[in-house]
Amino acid sequence: MSDIAERVKKIVIEHLGVESEKVTENANFIDDLGADSLDTVELVMAFEEEFNVEIPDDAAETIVTVGDAIKFLEKNAA
Amino acid sequence: MFDLTGRKALVTGATGGIGGAIARALHAQGATVALSGTRRAALDELAAALGERVHVLEANLGDKDSVEGLMPAAEAALGGLDVLVNNAGITRDNLFLRMKDEEWDSVMSVNLTAAFRLSRAAVKGMMRRRHGRIVNIGSVVGSTGNPGQGNYAAAKAGLIGLSKALAAEVASRGITVNVVAPGFIESPMTDALNEKQREAILGNVPAGRLGSGAEIAAAVVYLASNEAAYVTGTTLHVNGGMAMF
Repeated sequence: MSDIAERVKKIVIEHLGVESEKVTENANFIDDLGADSLDTVELVMAFEEEFNVEIPDDAAETIVTVGDAIKFLEKNAA
Repeated sequence: MFDLTGRKALVTGATGGIGGAIARALHAQGATVALSGTRRAALDELAAALGERVHVLEANLGDKDSVEGLMPAAEAALGGLDVLVNNAGITRDNLFLRMKDEEWDSVMSVNLTAAFRLSRAAVKGMMRRRHGRIVNIGSVVGSTGNPGQGNYAAAKAGLIGLSKALAAEVASRGITVNVVAPGFIESPMTDALNEKQREAILGNVPAGRLGSGAEIAAAVVYLASNEAAYVTGTTLHVNGGMAMF
C-alpha cells in the first residue's frame, strides 16, 4: 500500500470513527462508512490539509469511495 | 455565566450604534474582537476605547472582493474565529412601486449576501474546531414587514431562513446559528425623530420606550456563550413587546 493510501485511510478512520477493516478502497463513504454529506465535505477539507492541495468542488464530487480519494491524491498531491 | 474569555469574535458594522454596543459587550465578557466597518476613523476610535484584545479590519460589505478578504484577514488577526456577528446593514427605503433595482440590490448585497459569504467562510474553521457561534442581526420588520422597506424587510427575513438552514446543517458540529431581531433602538436615526413621530412609534411599544444598543448586545452575548449551546436556528426578538411571536 502506498504512503498516500495509508494516510488517506488514517484520516477516514479517525474522522468517521470506523474500524480499519471496513476502510477498503471500494468502500463508499456514505453507503459503507456511514458518512453524511457534511462528513464528506469535512473529509475533503482534511485531505486538502494533509496533502496541501486544493480539491475543487467538481473534483470533490467525484470522490465517493476511499479509492477515489487515493487516486485523486496520487495524481494531484505534490 | 456568559464568560467569553479566550473567544475570538468578528463584528461587522462595528461603528454603528448597535454594532458598537455588541463589540463592547463581547469585549467586556472577555472576548478578543475584530471590528469591521467602512469608517476607519470611527473603528480606530472604538478600538482605542476598548484598549487591548482588539483588531480593526476595514471592509466594504457591498463589495464582493472586500467581503471575501475579510474572513481570512479576521482569522489571521485573531488566530481563528469562534463568534461571527453579521450586524452590518444599510437601508435604502422607498415605496415598493418606486423602488429602484439599485436600491433593492444594494440592500440585499450588504444585509443578506455578505452574511451568506461570511458565514460560509467562517463555518469551515468552526467545523474543524467543533465549535462556533454565528449571530445574525435581523430586525422586527423581517417578521412584520414595514411600508417603504420592501428590500430591507426581505433581506432581514432572508437572514432568518439562512440561519435556520445553516443551523440544521452544522448543529452536529457544535456550531449554532441564530438571529437577534431588534425593534426600535435608540440611535442617531431615532434621535432625529420629532416628538410626534416618537409618540406614534412608542404607541406601538408596550414597554413604552425605545430599546438600547446594550440590550441588543446582551442578547448577542447570550447566544455567543457556552450556556446557549442548545439554542440554534431561533430568532430572539428584542423589541419591548412591539411584536410578539
